[in-house]
Amino acid sequence: MTTPKGSLLVQDARTRKRNAAEARFKTYGKLAIGVGLLALVILISSILGNGTSAFRQTEIAMNVTLPEAKLDKSGTRDMEVMKKVTTLTYGPILAQGLADTLAAEGIVVEGLTAKDIDAMISREASAQLRDRVLADPSLVGATVAITVLASGRIDGYYKGRVSMESAVLDSNVTPAQLRLADALKDKGLLVTKFNWDFLTAPDASDQRPEAAGLGVAILGSAYMMLVVLVLALPIGVASSIYLEEFAPKNRWTDLIEVNISNLAAVPSIVFGILGLAIFINFAGLRASAPIVGGLVLTLMTLPTIIISTRAALKSVPPSIRDAALGVGASKMQAVFHHVLPLAAPGILTGTIIGLAQALGETAPLLLIGMVAFVREYPAPYTAADGLFGEPSTALPVQVYNWTQRADPAFFERASGAIIVLLIFLLIMNAVAIILRRRFERRW
Amino acid sequence: MSPFMMLLLVAVLAILGYLTARNRALSMVGGDSRKLASLPGFYGQNAAFAALIPAFAVFLVGGLLTRLSTQFEGLGAWSTLITSFPGLVPLLAVLAAAVCVTLAFTRSNPSYRARVASEKWIMGLLIAAASIAILTTVAIVASMLFESVNFFRQYRAADFLFGTTWAPDFRGNSSLGLLPLLWGTLYISVVALLFAVPVGLFAAIYLSEYAGPKLRAVAKPMIEVLAGIPTIVYGLFALVTVGPLVRDWLAQPLGLGTSGSSVFTAGLVMGVMLIPFVSSLSDDIISAVPQAMRDGSLALGATRSETIRQVVIPAALPGIVGAVLLAASRAIGETMIVVLGAGAAAARLNEGLVEMINPFEAMTTVTVKIVSQLTGDTDFAAPETLVAFALGLTLFTITLCLNVLALYIVRKYREQYE
Repeated sequence: MTTPKGSLLVQDARTRKRNAAEARFKTYGKLAIGVGLLALVILISSILGNGTSAFRQTEIAMNVTLPEAKLDKSGTRDMEVMKKVTTLTYGPILAQGLADTLAAEGIVVEGLTAKDIDAMISREASAQLRDRVLADPSLVGATVAITVLASGRIDGYYKGRVSMESAVLDSNVTPAQLRLADALKDKGLLVTKFNWDFLTAPDASDQRPEAAGLGVAILGSAYMMLVVLVLALPIGVASSIYLEEFAPKNRWTDLIEVNISNLAAVPSIVFGILGLAIFINFAGLRASAPIVGGLVLTLMTLPTIIISTRAALKSVPPSIRDAALGVGASKMQAVFHHVLPLAAPGILTGTIIGLAQALGETAPLLLIGMVAFVREYPAPYTAADGLFGEPSTALPVQVYNWTQRADPAFFERASGAIIVLLIFLLIMNAVAIILRRRFERRW
Repeated sequence: MSPFMMLLLVAVLAILGYLTARNRALSMVGGDSRKLASLPGFYGQNAAFAALIPAFAVFLVGGLLTRLSTQFEGLGAWSTLITSFPGLVPLLAVLAAAVCVTLAFTRSNPSYRARVASEKWIMGLLIAAASIAILTTVAIVASMLFESVNFFRQYRAADFLFGTTWAPDFRGNSSLGLLPLLWGTLYISVVALLFAVPVGLFAAIYLSEYAGPKLRAVAKPMIEVLAGIPTIVYGLFALVTVGPLVRDWLAQPLGLGTSGSSVFTAGLVMGVMLIPFVSSLSDDIISAVPQAMRDGSLALGATRSETIRQVVIPAALPGIVGAVLLAASRAIGETMIVVLGAGAAAARLNEGLVEMINPFEAMTTVTVKIVSQLTGDTDFAAPETLVAFALGLTLFTITLCLNVLALYIVRKYREQYE
């Protein structure tokens, strides 16, 4: 009689091996999920870590004397004369203001020239002061207390981007300036505040990252979403109704079906080429206009909306249609009066998800010129450019734009812009989920 | 006539048509709507549609003709007509509206089936909306073909398709070979898939075969969040975080490169983006394998992993292959990650194997070059700009083939268990 190789209590070599393989396999699975989740966590925390500081901004408070001799030569507060005074005149006034404030507070730092002190103020500040004076001419001749943006490097010092060691090597900032900034901070003249301008101001040029904001980009994205909503929702719903409720099975409808499923998988940049060739070169619409971006994103979003709308229509049970037809409704009435309202929550959810996709899309917008530098807020309608025809940028494109700039301060801005983008996406997806939970009916 | 004026007139015609057609039908039966073939509103609705839809159609066709006539010689007659009567198209549209409204009005009698007629208008709108999908595809292909033909008139097709150097020069005499770009694209996609397919597949297997409902309810949506994040976010992540990390911890210690942007960076980040794509598609497919097959295998004494490897995966294989192909098509068409993570220098195919396959070298792709050739100041007569359309056509063709193949495989497989 042969002795058994093992029992339930004593595993033989082969069983051990098989069990080990089982355990290994299971570990691979856990590892894979771990890798996925880890990637998500690292991605989010890296963006948050780089970007949250964009929402705070360092400002310097000072008393500025506004000399009438320089700002209003006529002495009559005549707007036309005052408008001729450029920001070049305001620059030295600000520098003098800061120097006076330092003297009044008794702050002395070794090794600082007047030019160094001036360089601590953002180049944007003179424009802000000019706007303020033009808005309120009575300020001329008085000494006013103002707060102005600190330059990007000083701002970076309080966000960990610039240190005493890096300042030695940096041609744009000296350690003495940083010591002066610290001295100002001790006196309470230099404060770091929540940065509303980041959300409302337009983009700024390469030399003044501290003034760059998302105002134009958010407005441009909003216009585009409006165009997408107004065009894609009705067209998507109409074509879904046709395909789901009325279409006969023939070559033509088959062709449409194949087309829709293919369009859903076409790379987004191809839609950009389409927009450039058809809407700009052929139809003659203006480059970087939100209407063009909206049209391109509409074509891109349509398949998503059609697919989800068809699923929503399909989930309405046929008994509803039969009942409507039974009391004498036409097929069209059955669909529009009964099926469509019942499918509405599903359609809305799909539309919101499609819009969220469109909001984050970048590549096609690069090709239609939305990457241009735009400082003017686009008007919704102008006689020359029509509806949504003025140049604009969009949120994701602004991110790309900022990554192409030389100053590292723009990377912070780009990450901050992504946080804004992600918050919008989060809100849209949350609304979609709530809609689904609240209104979805199971038949 | 200005388009705005047209809009106003057509709107007035539609409202007038609604009221008069409805009232005419009603007055013909002395106000007793039971004697009408349709409800009175349908007579009005029919007339209103008769004003709006033909006017809109005429306006669209007219506008299209005007645009076409500026580009093609054959439509010169229309072009001269339009220049002598600038407001012709809106005028025609209003005329069309007026004619159709009058027709609808005269037809409005008690025996006229206005509901059927007005529903025909709606049906026309629905069909037009559904045809936009086809129009889009036609427009995509046409726009790229048209400009590609222009490109190939100036640049030999063989040099484009088989050229091994990419060196555009706006002063002329550039080498616009496709192969370096195609190599970069495929290389990055392969790196991305090497990362995404094992991770995505194992995640899908674990979630569908091992995980309890609690873990599933948490982990599945969390992984799918990765799919909802815009690609620009991944691009910035590659540029700011992954790129420097890969350079400082992998490339420089190994002495393989000093560039922050590289094939490995772009591939890795793209792989992360593709994880949810692979995992959720594979999850659906694995869940579709009938439970009876698993039960049979387990009953014979196989462990769960043996069942998965020898029964579930082979049964789901065609579907998984389809999912991988779809992911590959995504990877090839991806733009923002490679624009920010892979660099702008084309692969150097002529300088030896090491240069060609070093994953820590910056390498550019088809999509990156489409972006760089079409942004900034562009001259649509120069081959350096037009090449972008040929690249786009190449990209479209490759992804289309992959998609069609994937859909074919997935569909064919689905039928097996139904």
